[in-house]
Amino acid sequence: MDAIILQILNGLDKGSAYALIALGLTLIFGTLGVVNFAHGALFMLGAFCTVTLSRLLTLSHEVVDPTRKDFLGNPLKVDVPYIYDIFGETTGATIIDWAVPLSILFAIPVMIGIGVLMERGLIKHFYKRPHADQILVTFGLAIVLQEIIKYYFGANQIPAPAPQAFVGSLDFGALVGFEPGAIIYPYWRIVYFCFAMILIGAVFAFLQFTTFGMVVRAGMADRETVGLLGINIDRRFTIMFGIAAAVAGLAGVMYTPINSPNYHMGMDFLVISFVVVVVGGMGSLPGAVLAGFVLGVLESFASMRQVIELLPGVNQVVIYLAAIVILLTRPRGLLGRRGVMED
Amino acid sequence: MSKTTVSRRGVLKTGAVAGAGLAVPTIFTASSASAFTNEPTGSTVTLGFNVPQTGPYADEGADELRAYELAVEHLNGGGDGGMMNTFSSKALNGSGILGKKVEFVTGDTQTKPDAARASARSMIEKDGAVMITGGSSSGVAVAVQALCQEAGIIFMAGLTHSNDTTGKDKKANGFRHFFNSYMSGAALAPILAKNYGKDRKAYHLTADYNWGYTTEEAVRTSTEAMGWETVAAVKTPLAQTDFSSYVAPVLNSGADVLVLNHYGGNMVNSLTSAVQFGLRAAEANGKNFEIIVPLYSRLMARGAGKNVAGIFGSTNWHWSLENVAGSRYAGTNAFVQSFGQKYGFPPSQAAHTVYCQTLLYADAVQRAGSFNPCAVAEALEGYEFDGLGNGPTLYRAEDHQCFKDVLVVKGKENPDNEFDLLEIVDVTPAAQVSYDASIFGGELGSCNPGA
Repeated sequence: MDAIILQILNGLDKGSAYALIALGLTLIFGTLGVVNFAHGALFMLGAFCTVTLSRLLTLSHEVVDPTRKDFLGNPLKVDVPYIYDIFGETTGATIIDWAVPLSILFAIPVMIGIGVLMERGLIKHFYKRPHADQILVTFGLAIVLQEIIKYYFGANQIPAPAPQAFVGSLDFGALVGFEPGAIIYPYWRIVYFCFAMILIGAVFAFLQFTTFGMVVRAGMADRETVGLLGINIDRRFTIMFGIAAAVAGLAGVMYTPINSPNYHMGMDFLVISFVVVVVGGMGSLPGAVLAGFVLGVLESFASMRQVIELLPGVNQVVIYLAAIVILLTRPRGLLGRRGVMED
Repeated sequence: MSKTTVSRRGVLKTGAVAGAGLAVPTIFTASSASAFTNEPTGSTVTLGFNVPQTGPYADEGADELRAYELAVEHLNGGGDGGMMNTFSSKALNGSGILGKKVEFVTGDTQTKPDAARASARSMIEKDGAVMITGGSSSGVAVAVQALCQEAGIIFMAGLTHSNDTTGKDKKANGFRHFFNSYMSGAALAPILAKNYGKDRKAYHLTADYNWGYTTEEAVRTSTEAMGWETVAAVKTPLAQTDFSSYVAPVLNSGADVLVLNHYGGNMVNSLTSAVQFGLRAAEANGKNFEIIVPLYSRLMARGAGKNVAGIFGSTNWHWSLENVAGSRYAGTNAFVQSFGQKYGFPPSQAAHTVYCQTLLYADAVQRAGSFNPCAVAEALEGYEFDGLGNGPTLYRAEDHQCFKDVLVVKGKENPDNEFDLLEIVDVTPAAQVSYDASIFGGELGSCNPGA
């Protein structure tokens, strides 16, 4: 039982990342009708916002320590961050330690800016082109972004640890009546799940309860009519693209302590995110979130040793098998709407 | 009056003899013009450096390329000479190889066997490369080695750790300086027994491809031989990025050791997950839970950050080896000095092994007095050398595998700087990691000189 609860927790955590990426993808598809294959790259750019902020915070000047030697046998040059000079060593070290959460503040404007620039600079020229063209151009853009990141940051993974306060694991089992140590779960993964729930809730609340959101939803249902009412729906959709980029970016920022960022992490999530969107129902925001969590939990269960021993290789294909079964039984996906991508 | 009788059979016989007689010099001439594939005829000779320039091992490939360029510089008489000064063979003199200036072309393996074969083929056919070297994956090494065998080119493997490269897939034209999975297992087992005891239960997570299988097998065999029990061995997809669902159940599996038969990004991610799930701090079966990484590289350790602290593994070479273990490993400091002065940081083990391979090839050509791959192979087979940073080393004739001391390392608890990530715990003598060449099967075959 404890193993099952552990895999459910784990699946919800995986599902959080899938849901956040799929949510942004669906927002873009629902508002602009664009199939954005660069969305995984936006997730990756978010993670590299953290790397960038960490590097800015740790910008240093060298102090020679004659008592120690470097790898060539010369006196060791120790890097002292400028932030120590400004705030003192204790406060400076704390700020550096909290680089990941602080990156949220940095990533929001950066990712919205990147999203708006991407939409205005490239994607708007492909609105009336076939989906195949949109896929090609956005996939090309993803590769370009990936290569730029590789050029500046290298191909290796770059550690971006969680703040010390969140390092370690929670004895979840003891909290819910199991034996101590039966269900151990990392603090930061719990933070990630909570963060995902808050972000998903915020996006839904924004669309549901703000005038801006209501207009966007109206535009998603009937763009022309909203336009005829004198509302600049295009501008709102551009902003929505920026918000979708920020959602993907923030998912990437908070993911960095879970898996160290690297330049192809977006591609790793891209295909699964599309499966999530299709399984959830093209254009359905609740569908994307639901499918993200369902597929995350399924993938976790399929990774259990007992399952692999019973069905070798199922861990590698479970998501696609599930997609086939769901789409055969519900061709529009879990919460898909009639008419979306059916013309 | 004489009578000449001309029979049909006689004409055929005469024609055949005359034809053969005329053909002999033609074949001989053709043979001397191109006795083997890409025989260098001008004042230069071209080497082909086939490394991952894109994909997950691109940083390793970049470090290999730096080392190759340094080796070429040294072969051509530039720089400080690096390990040419400490190499036991004095055949190389800085005037290139056999008096020909060394040039090189590069290819991108993308860490994909098909792409690697395509770039190697292009370097052989279009650029006239006389030797191919490089790689950062056993799948790539095995594929390119087979191509070089067919083409009649020497393949000096770069970073490849699978037993198969010089085991069941060995080829007469292929040579490997790097150590292998068997050696990792043999070197690690005694250190693990000493530090963790002989009564342990191990859980293996294994990358689902050739290298993962041979590494798991090697570590299992070595650890089971000293009394460890293997609780489970789970294959993980090569493309996996989040290993949490594989790692989470380990603590309740009855195991008290987790062996991560992963490399590169897989290792970084699985180790990160293992540490996050509290395995480093946990207890099982009344013992501290332990994690083992059979194959370490400094570049990987950098990706895993503080998570590597205290974790045992093995490595082919480390830049601090001579300082830690003494002058037996002469050449290490010369190479680190040379590489460090040029690039500003110490070389990785991938850089070291490909630099050695380039020098060993050049030296073999020089000693053989020919670029003919069969002459080069003969010069390398059974060759004993020293001064290339690993101590006395043998290029075994039976399987073209180098035998030298193997390093057991541990992630450093308090690194002095970003390069000081691994601490050398022990250097296992070559004799302790040697094995019968026949145990992995395969046939070396015979050398192919090509054209």
